[in-house]
Amino acid sequence: MFNQKNFFILFILVVIVGGLYALSNRDDSNSTRSSAGLNIESWQSDKGAKVLYVHAPELPMVDVRIVFDAGSARDNDKAGLASMVNLLLDNGAGEWNTNQIVERFDSVGAQFGTSALRDMAVVSLRSLTDKAWLEKALTTTAAILQKPKFPEAEFERERKRVLVALKNQKESAGTLASIAFYKALYGDHPYASPTSGDEDSVNTITRDDIEAFYKKYYVAKNATVVIVGAVDKSQAKEIVAQLVDGLNVGEPAAELPEVNVISETRKIKQLHPSKQTHILVGQEGIIRGDADYFVLYVGNHILGGSGFGSRIVEEIRENRGLAYSSYSYFSPMRKKGPFLMGLQTKNEQADEALTVLFETVNKFIETGPSEEELISAKKNITGGFPLRIDSNRDITEYVAMIGFYDLPLDYLTNFNDNIEQVTVAKIKDAFQRRMHPDKMLVVMVGGETEAKVESSSEKK
Amino acid sequence: MRRYQLILFSGLLTGSLFGVSFLAQAKSNVHEYELSNGLKLLVKEDHRAPVVVSQVWYKVGGSSEYSGITGVSHVLEHMMFKGTEKIKPGDFSKIIKENGGRDNAFTGKDYTAYFQLLEKSRLEVSFKMEADRMRNLILPEKEFSKEIEVVKEERRMRTDDKPRSLTYEQFNSTAYDNNPYKNPIIGWMNDLDNMNVADLRQWYEMWYTPNNATVVVAGDVNADEVYELAKKHFGPIARHEVATLKPRQERKQLGPRRVVVRTPAQVPYLLMGYKVPVLRTVKEDWEPYALEVLAGVLSGSGSSRLPKILVREKQIVVNADVGYNMHAKYDEMFLFDATPAQGKSVKQAEQAILEQIEELKKNTVSDAELDRIKAQVIASDVYEKDSVFYQAMILGTLETVGLNWKMADDYLDKIKLVTAEQVQQVAQKYLIDDQLTVAVLEPQSMASKTARQPNPNSTRH
Repeated sequence: MFNQKNFFILFILVVIVGGLYALSNRDDSNSTRSSAGLNIESWQSDKGAKVLYVHAPELPMVDVRIVFDAGSARDNDKAGLASMVNLLLDNGAGEWNTNQIVERFDSVGAQFGTSALRDMAVVSLRSLTDKAWLEKALTTTAAILQKPKFPEAEFERERKRVLVALKNQKESAGTLASIAFYKALYGDHPYASPTSGDEDSVNTITRDDIEAFYKKYYVAKNATVVIVGAVDKSQAKEIVAQLVDGLNVGEPAAELPEVNVISETRKIKQLHPSKQTHILVGQEGIIRGDADYFVLYVGNHILGGSGFGSRIVEEIRENRGLAYSSYSYFSPMRKKGPFLMGLQTKNEQADEALTVLFETVNKFIETGPSEEELISAKKNITGGFPLRIDSNRDITEYVAMIGFYDLPLDYLTNFNDNIEQVTVAKIKDAFQRRMHPDKMLVVMVGGETEAKVESSSEKK
Repeated sequence: MRRYQLILFSGLLTGSLFGVSFLAQAKSNVHEYELSNGLKLLVKEDHRAPVVVSQVWYKVGGSSEYSGITGVSHVLEHMMFKGTEKIKPGDFSKIIKENGGRDNAFTGKDYTAYFQLLEKSRLEVSFKMEADRMRNLILPEKEFSKEIEVVKEERRMRTDDKPRSLTYEQFNSTAYDNNPYKNPIIGWMNDLDNMNVADLRQWYEMWYTPNNATVVVAGDVNADEVYELAKKHFGPIARHEVATLKPRQERKQLGPRRVVVRTPAQVPYLLMGYKVPVLRTVKEDWEPYALEVLAGVLSGSGSSRLPKILVREKQIVVNADVGYNMHAKYDEMFLFDATPAQGKSVKQAEQAILEQIEELKKNTVSDAELDRIKAQVIASDVYEKDSVFYQAMILGTLETVGLNWKMADDYLDKIKLVTAEQVQQVAQKYLIDDQLTVAVLEPQSMASKTARQPNPNSTRH
């Protein structure tokens, strides 16, 4: 659990009936907690980093998250570069080698991790607030942020590990479908390539690329720092100084290009030796802070964003038993993230499931939700607000999202009001303006039907 | 793929040291009650946020099953959402949603549990409906015929199309003779194909009764008020006899076992497991704690031995981990899994792991390693309090596998008492060749018969 670099999944011994709300909450996976009482304070650090701080005194611990605009959207022609830089940060820094760094964290029970998405490169630390223990964790994190050494040997070892992970990904029809979807949807936009890159691109990365990327993007003006925990404001300021004042000032990352609208329906099929076909259907969606965000969020909640009771789950799973997991979500990003619907079903049923999925979304766009559906959705979203920010972990994620995407600090305070203002007419209008069912991207990865297999083996 | 990390429970149940170190934290402001019908209620007050989690745990799971009906506990879990006289199929979750809540359920080796997360004032909504479905499930044929197909899709998704999951399944069925952990929780496909409503009806009657259930509530609540609420809703349910299980003690293994799994895949994979006792089955109660520390010495964080020596120094594997779950009902596995590095073989990975095991038998672990593990347990003890769900999960697990929830309070102290000599002793006693099972995934070409001849029209039907 501590080693966040483990890129293969341990066995899931527990079987969940839905798996659904895990998926359906994708849209707000930067999850929330309660309405009253979440007081976010924000300021600029001396070197120009954006700081957001929440005092959470109940437990003797602190979460620190530093987010750089240094995700894979910054890869340029070397897909996987941003991810490689991010994962190498703690492999030798300042006066310490990798072994010393992990021992320093482990000896004080601190949890340190890094991760890279398309928009964000994240460095996170969770530590007890015991003075000596916290200090050891912070000095180590400071060195990682400010003085990573990217030793050649560590780089080559990690590159090899990434290559094995990339190879392993090809076992999964679901992963292949996702890669194909982004590639087709985004074309030559930086969001097109997978965050970890591919085997060819990762082989082209050099140590110079890594140094240059770090120098350009891991700078104060490109950083958002979030602190949540049992530290007061002056302590928070000290932590910020310790972690990011030693960074170069630098510049914010350049504006990303706009996302092109998909021009026509496109269907991509890939054969894979699996029993199920994984289906993804979608188009370009919305940005964080989009004017239609709340209307589309509530609409999608009804369409396929909230598990049981949502239209897609009712039609695909409850009425027909076609799939275990089915969903839809908007993934708002700096530039338009995707709108996605997905399911997986045995190969023989793939075409039927696709037809049902299209019928469901088309009908929803055409007629919108019912008044009853809207009332239920609002009750769920607003009534469940306290659950969104009931842990420091959730608060940290939410506040990082607010800070990184420059959402207003009262975003959470006004959340329920914004939900309440959504109407059936607004949902219908927004879906009709923003969604174009005649221009959808369809990706299907899976095997042939049993019938086909049998007939081809008979020929032999 | 990030969203799958939200599946809440996988980490908990793989059970390496840090998977279960959360057990340290329940420290006693837990209120325990028992209703006259035998239902147990545990309430943990946590007033940090205005939320409540409610979980109903039944002492039935994959390990209660026998040949021919594997997977029945899990299918029944799905069918628990398919209606009673009062609640129509599918309405349970809709009502929870209307109350601002989320709900779900999970089936494990030793338990089946249902849960709701709600704003604190809505607890009664949960109790009312959980009490109802504890006795009044309808199990309509029409709903079953669809839901069994959903479960088969689930099996395809989780196991059949995942080479590593298939390897794990084969590992268990090779390693065990009589231990019920031999069978997969989700069931064999052949058993799912032949399951019917009568099987579910019988299973429901056998196990779903208040005297076989534990209700766990954690959050911003008052314990005595929760007790009153529980009496009101669960109190009127009559108790009935619970099925008894035959012991099914594993016979002695007489030598190492090996299985090879050949299936379309890309990367080889190794599983090595030794049969070990758990808290419930052991004579010397320090042994499972020593095995926990042993697991922590080997894996679970960056400075443990497998990542340090095998991944970074020798570069024989790209990953290696150990899993051990001391809170199981039957004897468990001390399980290694590893992925060989580029150009290294599974054989070399196995050899390297065996060398690490020999080293642990020969020499005691260092004080620094023990101190590091203790620091991590102390810290986890705090971190895990960040989640009311985990806190409830701990109590429910312990109570349901036949331990006492109070053992959560002892965890930290028991770990602190483990000595370097004890770690060496459990390695010498249990990590022996005669108790070993090895499963190896040998990847076959992905261009199998279904994909051999790409045909653009092939998915037409």
